[in-house]
Amino acid sequence: MADEQKPGGSEAPLPAGGEAAGQPAKPSPPKPAAAPPKPPATMAATPWESDLARELKERFGGQIGETSTYLGQNFIVAKPEAAVPILEYLKLEADFDYLVDITAVDWPKRPERFDLVYIVYSFPRNERVRIKTQIPDGYKPETAVGVHLTANWLEREVFDMFGIEFAGHPDMRRILMPEEWQGYPLRKDYSIIQQDQRWVRENLGIESGQ
Amino acid sequence: MPDSTFLDSTELVLNMGPQHPSTHGVLRVILKLDGEKILGTDCVIGYLHRGVEKIAENRTWAQFNPYVDRMDYVASVSNGLGYCLAVEKLLNMEAPPRAQVVRVILTELNRIASHLVWLGTHALDIGAITPVFYCFREREEALNIFEKYCGARLTTHAFRIGGLQYDTYEGFEQDVKAFCDMFPPKVDEYEALLTGNRIWKGRLTNVGVLTADECKEYGVTGPLLRAAGVKWDLRKAQPYSGYEKYDFEIPIRQNGDTFDRYIVRMQEMRQAVRIIRQAVENIPEGPIMGKVAKVIKPPVGEAYVSIEAPKGELGYYVVSDGSTQPYRVRVRPPSFVNLQALDRMVRGGLVADIVAVIGTLDIVLGEVDR
Repeated sequence: MADEQKPGGSEAPLPAGGEAAGQPAKPSPPKPAAAPPKPPATMAATPWESDLARELKERFGGQIGETSTYLGQNFIVAKPEAAVPILEYLKLEADFDYLVDITAVDWPKRPERFDLVYIVYSFPRNERVRIKTQIPDGYKPETAVGVHLTANWLEREVFDMFGIEFAGHPDMRRILMPEEWQGYPLRKDYSIIQQDQRWVRENLGIESGQ
Repeated sequence: MPDSTFLDSTELVLNMGPQHPSTHGVLRVILKLDGEKILGTDCVIGYLHRGVEKIAENRTWAQFNPYVDRMDYVASVSNGLGYCLAVEKLLNMEAPPRAQVVRVILTELNRIASHLVWLGTHALDIGAITPVFYCFREREEALNIFEKYCGARLTTHAFRIGGLQYDTYEGFEQDVKAFCDMFPPKVDEYEALLTGNRIWKGRLTNVGVLTADECKEYGVTGPLLRAAGVKWDLRKAQPYSGYEKYDFEIPIRQNGDTFDRYIVRMQEMRQAVRIIRQAVENIPEGPIMGKVAKVIKPPVGEAYVSIEAPKGELGYYVVSDGSTQPYRVRVRPPSFVNLQALDRMVRGGLVADIVAVIGTLDIVLGEVDR
């Protein structure tokens, strides 16, 4: 826990953390317990030292915030616009030929609200890397379909669940939810029993699905 | 209807599903046809969407465990194993050796059960009625072992975070060994029915071809990837739960067509028996549960853990904010990702082949939609 070190400064400064640093002790302990989607205390990741991490830093410079390891799993925190070039670089220059997954995590209290996470794997190296970017609500990240075809449905699911629209995506439609559905279910401010009342009424002919 | 599917005077748009026996659940495929030839497809999924990932955020880490069984419900043991391993990774601990071995036995039994459902329904789709009865007869034996072990046959919830809740029952080893002796001759029986069968071969050979490069491009894993000649199996590549201790082969084939995928899965069932035999011979004594607090509170952090489920790479990306509930659980389902390659596999083929291709994809819609 605790906001320690992080020279890259990739984690957004958290209001709660800043306060705690300024005036210690008294009001802070009960507060975080009260708010359910607590802002992240950073995980205890350690720097990731390897040739690949150095290569990437050399190639992308300031666009890469940090290269870290947590529980033996390597990840890169990068600027949003660098994500697709990094995927491309990893695919063409470093044999990371398999895009495992694209997903997002919602941190509503942070100014850059979403973590967009790409997981890539290399068959020749037998190695996995995560690329994480932080984007604000409404930001349209570039699509990765040009690099990995599998990104098509994965990005559609991210759009469906979080409302993150991918620029240049060939088919940016909802995939699991009904197409006319309003709202993005995996956002933290979307309650578990919430539903699109109008859609339910018009399509199912009932007042509520609950 | 989406823009991508439109009517043209010479083209026919045909709707397949969601209520169609060969879509293995509620999959709707919109086909664009020119006569018998498929010009394009569009999958409509989500009929079984239950918001599993959302449910996870509203349950505790342990409470969410039974829900994962309901994704790929014919391979619920694998789902549970993946989730438990992911949370154990966050907690930075491992299940004790005895638990690991029992997990391997049950997971491999489940792989056989899952492949049997695939084989029976796949053959049924193509017109071979008999195999499904044979397959379900043997699957019953595997399910009986699950039932005796944990009380459930399908959605087993067999594992707990940190190990197992139940130790093996009296006579577990004999039952498993009896299954191992009984099963391989039954695989010979299935093969006698199908492998050399001219109709079977005719319907499968060179149908739904997916090359190794296409597999990687589409993120397709599991038997589909191995049938295209890529010797890759997470049990070997990144062993978990002690798989490195067992001696087994990764069956591969070269053509990447439906027939090769059939052969690969048949051989995988034999290899699974081989693993189970080795495991059941020496189940170590000892505890079945590691040191896990009553209330599970993983430290702030995240992890991605994946296993070789019967259908391919099943991954869990779990994020903890240090509380008792998961902050985020992302499931990387093999069926969902593999289904995306359907269009590539059937485009340019004949409409009758789509039934064979959906069968060979071995999708479970519960997992596609979650």
